Amino acid sequence: MPHITVFSVFVDDQRAALAFYTDVLGFALKDDVPMGEHAWLTVVDPADPDGTQVSLEPAGHPAVAPFREALMADGIPFTSFGVDDLDAEVERLTAAGVVFTQPPTDFGPVRTAVLDDTCGNLIQLAQLTG
Amino acid sequence: MLFRALADPTRRAILDELVARDDQTLFEICSRLAVNHDLTPTRQAVAQHLDVLEAAGLVHSRREGRYRYHTLDTSPLRAITDRWPPRAE
Repeated sequence: MPHITVFSVFVDDQRAALAFYTDVLGFALKDDVPMGEHAWLTVVDPADPDGTQVSLEPAGHPAVAPFREALMADGIPFTSFGVDDLDAEVERLTAAGVVFTQPPTDFGPVRTAVLDDTCGNLIQLAQLTG
Repeated sequence: MLFRALADPTRRAILDELVARDDQTLFEICSRLAVNHDLTPTRQAVAQHLDVLEAAGLVHSRREGRYRYHTLDTSPLRAITDRWPPRAE
């Protein structure tokens, strides 16, 4: 059967996205392969460098912009990352200037918050609490 | 307008959740309805409920950057007690 090796997030600018996903969120660069004006650019969890990669994909296709604008307007996260201690993570990221559209909130067995990745996406952070 | 807005149980649940905090996105409101009220209307349905609540003055929405936030305004409810004031005990 197939394995989940990579999933993609559309980003406005690949270099700005790499800076946010590594310097701010804390992921590590995995692949950076030039492909014309863009690159095959992925990041990984530094604790699991052979684990699932997040591909930072150029958002240039004309269908992407209205799709992402509609999601953002309604506050819908494009994807979700797990954290061990949500409140500590939100405190750390807020101090780094990250904007949250939803503060830490309990939803049944998970505690979640939603941040703006500055690259055109909202991202949910989720801690299993139940 | 006010009474029609309040007549629907889903809209009353939305107001219940907006009491918790100001500036909620549609996503947060839908999540709260699902978890706290076991209500899972479509996002479009919730957006329409919010339009009705906003027309009644019970909810204000504002755009900030790329997101839209919704906030409760209970001031229109004063019309109810102005019209039928509670009696002194």
